Amino acid sequence: MYVHAFCCERESAESRMTVGTGEIRWWELEDDAGDLDFLPPPLVVVGSDKNGVKKVIEYRFDDEGNKVRVTTTTRVRKLTRARLSKRAIERRSWPKFGDAEYEDAGARLTMVSTEEILLERPRVAGSKAEEPKVAEDPLDAVSKAGAVLMVCRTCGKKGDHWTAKCPYKDLAPPTESLIDNPPGAKTAASQSSTRKSTYMPPSMRAGAARSGTEMKRRNDENSVRINNLSEDAREPDLLELVDAFGPVTRIYVAMDQKTGVSRGFGFINFVNREDAERAINKLNGYGYDNLILHVEWASPRPS
Amino acid sequence: MRPILMKGHERPLTFLKYNREGDLLFSCAKDHNPTVWFADNGERLGTYRGHNGAVWCCDVSRDSMRLITGSADQTVKLWNVQTGAQLYSFNFDSPARSVDFSVGDKLAVITTDPFMGLPSTIQVKRIARDPNEQSSESVLTIKGPQGRINRVTWGPLNKTIISAGEDAVVRVWDTETGQLLKESDKETGHQKTVTSLSKSADGSHFLTGSLDKSAKLWDARTLTLIKTYVTERPVNACAISPLLDHVVIGGGQEAVHVTTTDRRAGKFEAKFFHKILQEEIGGVKGHFGPINALAFNPDGRSFSSGGEDGYVRLHHFDPDYFNIKM
Repeated sequence: MYVHAFCCERESAESRMTVGTGEIRWWELEDDAGDLDFLPPPLVVVGSDKNGVKKVIEYRFDDEGNKVRVTTTTRVRKLTRARLSKRAIERRSWPKFGDAEYEDAGARLTMVSTEEILLERPRVAGSKAEEPKVAEDPLDAVSKAGAVLMVCRTCGKKGDHWTAKCPYKDLAPPTESLIDNPPGAKTAASQSSTRKSTYMPPSMRAGAARSGTEMKRRNDENSVRINNLSEDAREPDLLELVDAFGPVTRIYVAMDQKTGVSRGFGFINFVNREDAERAINKLNGYGYDNLILHVEWASPRPS
Repeated sequence: MRPILMKGHERPLTFLKYNREGDLLFSCAKDHNPTVWFADNGERLGTYRGHNGAVWCCDVSRDSMRLITGSADQTVKLWNVQTGAQLYSFNFDSPARSVDFSVGDKLAVITTDPFMGLPSTIQVKRIARDPNEQSSESVLTIKGPQGRINRVTWGPLNKTIISAGEDAVVRVWDTETGQLLKESDKETGHQKTVTSLSKSADGSHFLTGSLDKSAKLWDARTLTLIKTYVTERPVNACAISPLLDHVVIGGGQEAVHVTTTDRRAGKFEAKFFHKILQEEIGGVKGHFGPINALAFNPDGRSFSSGGEDGYVRLHHFDPDYFNIKM
């Protein structure tokens, strides 16, 4: 019997459902099989293993009298933990009472939301609170200059908040559109002031030429792809790994949507290109969770 | 996760409670019918008909046989959980606000609102095993705190009663004598009405939510303030996860202002905080009004929220939730 189970297991691992041919190989025969050859061997059930995969191997004779082996591989998925107490199972069969007793079949009191609700994280998973940056950091320069640059056009406060975040936004009169136009865009300004209330697509507004490409570039620049990650690695682990190289703007580990298991690769965007380069040089070939990482520049999307 | 929406109530929800095994969910609302649902798929099992006013609070016995409900119709009723039959009705002179079974289900503590010149009270009733022998006499009556007592619960080993309400003070009373044992500090404690109180699974500590936009974690024995969780909106409901070091806090702006702002501004989300680090973990949106009630399934794998919108939303957590690292 052991022999049976063993060879069947190997066979079914190769294919989902196999129908063996009529020929019977010597290792499938039991010692006393000679007498009982007219009987098909008993059913063998392998599993279910930790992935919920169960194999059922049965033997039967087809119309021509050949012995046929049928291996069925099924995967059992548990949706909920079926660890109910006896009392809870008993309660399950309680008759309905009160208003529920005469409930219309179409009442639809209980519905599953059509909307997927997520636990929305307040910031990127695993990222730490903003740390003080080194002086040469370009981000730092921005935030420093921001104190001067940041003048709210609504309330005129300096260095406190941006115009878009002004707490007095609703109180202020409608802004004279685009006061802070660059001097070159004078014509655009006069145009827009004449049509104050009409909608202008962002692409036609003054300063449109730079914003779009800049935004796009930001997402692709200094992006590093890490391959051969272990399945257990999550964003926080990755952050821990690359934190030493320099400030990071984005970390992403690709997950399989169905199984929720990591797909084994991820992306990291660095603020500085040099940091990204150092990370690639250092981490490429680095052993992490008993796998050897493969780190390279992320190639931009074909689109 | 895809929450299960349960629309059995026609008025705002007031309270949610799971039974011990976590297979039944009891919901109370301002309509007059407390309802019981199957907690796995949200199917309605039944309603308890007989109240004639908003039902503010309920509790279920450990063996899931008895349900006690407190209502604004000035009664507290005992029910047979299985059949929905009313077993007994305690009559009061003012609306009942909060009810709680003791450990062992032999006693129940009830609070009544201040009403027509009567002060608010905390009353302890003996619960008879046989409903025919039930008496309406109070074993103990405590008077003293000003304003409504919104929540009352039993302390460890039934030795104390913990109460909190409109005067923003959390108090611990002696069960035998009715004496005031401890009082929360005015400085460090809540500044506005305490709306909700929820014990941890082992009863060693409890969480209070208040309109001062914070929730506080207290030691049940010593009444020392352990942690404070701060949000942007008044807190109407709170619960402690029995599985992970998480607490969930729900609220939103007051119902009267809801129509004047949009949904996002109202912050009608259940906010998860790390119990120890006091850091926000995330928010679960969905309600169209403030969240009035929150409850964790005793297995910690799902939670439900009840809102001013009349819906109960039952959330079974995604596997990701259990891997959240701080």
